Amino acid sequence: MAEESRPPGSLGFPDPGPARFASVPDVRERLAETGYLADEGTAGVVYLADRLAKPVLVEGPAGTGKTELAKAVAWATSSRLIRLQCYEGLDESKALYEWNYKKQLLRIQAQRVVDDDGHGDGASSATRWHDIEDDIFSEEFLLARPLLEAIRASEPVVLLVDEVDRLELETEALLLEILSEYQVSIPELGTVRAQRVPLVFLTSNNTRELSEALKRRCLYLHLDYPTLEREREIIKTRVPAITGELADQVARIVRSLRTLELKKYPSVSETLDWARTLVVLGIESVDAEQAKATLHVLLKYRSDLERAAKELSAEGSPTGAGSASV
Amino acid sequence: MLDVLTGFVSELRQAGLLISPTESLDAAEALHHVRLEDREALKYALGATLVKSSSHWRAFETAFEVYFSIRGPQFDIEATEPGVPGGEQPTRDGNGSGRGAGGGEALSEEALAEMLYRALLSANDAQVAALARQAVSRYAGMEAGRPVGGTYYLYRTLRSLELDRLLERMVAAVRSQVPEGHLTGLEERLARDELASRLNRLRKEIEDEIRRRLVADRGVEALARSLRKPLPEDIDFMHATHDELVALRRAVQPLARKLAVRLARKRRHGRKGPLDFRSTLRHSLSTGGVPVDPKFRYPRPAKPEIFVIADDSGSVAAFARFTLHLVYAISSQFSKVRSFVFVDGIDEVTRFFERADDVEEAVYRISTEANVLWVDGHSDYGHAMSVFWERWGEEVTSRTSVLLLGDARNNYHASQAWVLSEIRRRARHLYWLNPEPRSYWGSGDSVIGEYAPHCDGVFECRNLRQLEQFVGQLAS
Ligand SMILES: Nc1ncnc2c1ncn2[C@@H]1O[C@H](COP(=O)(O)OP(=O)(O)OP(=O)(O)O)[C@@H](O)[C@H]1O
Ligand SMILES: [Mg+2]
Repeated sequence: MAEESRPPGSLGFPDPGPARFASVPDVRERLAETGYLADEGTAGVVYLADRLAKPVLVEGPAGTGKTELAKAVAWATSSRLIRLQCYEGLDESKALYEWNYKKQLLRIQAQRVVDDDGHGDGASSATRWHDIEDDIFSEEFLLARPLLEAIRASEPVVLLVDEVDRLELETEALLLEILSEYQVSIPELGTVRAQRVPLVFLTSNNTRELSEALKRRCLYLHLDYPTLEREREIIKTRVPAITGELADQVARIVRSLRTLELKKYPSVSETLDWARTLVVLGIESVDAEQAKATLHVLLKYRSDLERAAKELSAEGSPTGAGSASV
Repeated sequence: MLDVLTGFVSELRQAGLLISPTESLDAAEALHHVRLEDREALKYALGATLVKSSSHWRAFETAFEVYFSIRGPQFDIEATEPGVPGGEQPTRDGNGSGRGAGGGEALSEEALAEMLYRALLSANDAQVAALARQAVSRYAGMEAGRPVGGTYYLYRTLRSLELDRLLERMVAAVRSQVPEGHLTGLEERLARDELASRLNRLRKEIEDEIRRRLVADRGVEALARSLRKPLPEDIDFMHATHDELVALRRAVQPLARKLAVRLARKRRHGRKGPLDFRSTLRHSLSTGGVPVDPKFRYPRPAKPEIFVIADDSGSVAAFARFTLHLVYAISSQFSKVRSFVFVDGIDEVTRFFERADDVEEAVYRISTEANVLWVDGHSDYGHAMSVFWERWGEEVTSRTSVLLLGDARNNYHASQAWVLSEIRRRARHLYWLNPEPRSYWGSGDSVIGEYAPHCDGVFECRNLRQLEQFVGQLAS
């Protein structure tokens, strides 16, 4: 079905160009080669993003691999990663482009020097000003910021718009043209179109509701905590020095912690930090005492630490009739 | 397939999701790129194109399971898989024949329980799935055309399987495999969590099977309609079921956080004061004296002070708690928050929030520790109001916004509405939030009509959506 041909641009879909991935399993394998272990759904959405030429909005708790996904896709497709880190107060001149006004001023100054030297010919000052204006509003005086850079690039590009939920609602509108048309309009220059539709990832920690207009343009991917099996594999991949047994234990303990009522659940990056800590301490199989002593790497709130310590060391009764709640 | 998709999209819309025409086109386009027999692929393709918020995912999943439950490779595997007991086939044609007490009941109850135990213990997923189907035909007692919900059948099946005992038996088996039969507390905990997660998968298999059969019996649309649940933000505070309350509690935290972030930003940015002449001049030095970058004074607007007075009785208690939760979650937006709860007596509960670093915990303590009863534990707004006025009336000032929360169902006591007019005279604002539908106001023992003339505004506040809107405006 993937091979079905249709005239480019029909139904208003931009032409996605040649496929970057052969299939969903191909996505998984090539991401895995970079050390990123995607589940079926994540790989599937990446595949669709390429085929539909649509950006992906990745949402989910902190530290579940949202940013890393974009990096891994860039690696896997040998593309340059262009990153726009969003923050409150980010504006057009930092996100899209800016005129290099110092250079423009210098150019005008230089012209004045030429004129004062009396070498100016008979042309009226009006035409001269017109020429200068054309000149200073040309590509040479343009400072491309990440969004424009991604659109102008001649090599393959992955654009990462990180933590888009930190933008103010009004600034979000800057993204809309790029995300649907893959172009940037510069009043003084005209419209710059992407030679090839870039893969675009937007990440969000969901600190505010994004606009409907933005969400409509994107495929949506919710990245949650990984399953036990996948987290274990992630640990083994990212902490190669770890033994299989310890990786398994770490993944299991983290899973158990995530079933508790906590204020903040351990993220994948915290799982990895913990695994590294245990390896550095030379622990091969972790017991309750060692776990308790190092839990602060996983959990940040005091009340969470206390609760976890209590749950993990509750002594099981050897004769049966365990009463631990499940 | 397009017909199914159209039906599916309209079901999602009925369930409250906003889906634009572009998005349904995207979904159709996405289907060109996945194998339609692959249920997982179908799910992520539709999910990515149609659902743009994680809080809508449950509604999507419910509808998806109904619309696409009969698809999927597992049904083709089932018949041929070696080692799977000869389970009956679920109907795949969808016209509702040949279910129920059909064949495939060769296993005795004991044998079924034993096989399930072994399959779970050895984590044999395919076997567990097949046995789940067997369990449904044996225990659920499903009959064609019976108008009962899936939870009834689920309950019957689970009860017969006695999962608690099964879990203990498995834990004992794990224990017996280690030397001396002793697990440390940690080991036991981990073993239990593992086994519990397998039982959860079994439970899910059973639910799926029941749903497949219900779909075959009643048809997709009818079933989807009966399973439809309101989105968390639309759940009615006053009639929430236990499960809905859990969903609400889960939704209120992120909502509060978003609200707090939004308000904090607004406070920092939205308000430009008058031009700051000096600062503008100072900055213009770098541009040769041309004031290209005007600077403004940022006024520090006085933050309002909030008094919340909430009816904490029976059916409106949930509303009181969610409102308190939301107000305290954004308490940094106010110069002061004080809270009072009442039934027929009234108590100040500010102290619970002062020391707690966890709003939810404080809200919980109100229900166990606040002193709100006076005579009989039925709401008496009039008495509560007069006591409030007596004890705290003087502390209401022109900086105070007072929020009254409740349905104003006064059990035919005197309303003492004069207290409200006194409060309003002192306060900056007096608002009333009522969790009842507006159309019920004033019926029966509702005296909202007597209080309303003394308020600056009376608002219907039946769900999180309305509550968030009000609280957001209050703080901005
Ligand atoms: N699927 C995965 N495969 C391999 N590593 C992963 C995976 N998911 C997460 N990680 C690891 O977790 C770390 C955190 O991931 P990342 O920084 O992408 O999280 P994030 O979701 O962007 O978090 P935040 O919301 O805080 O920005 C990464 O450095 C990576 O090592
Ligand atoms: Mg990130």
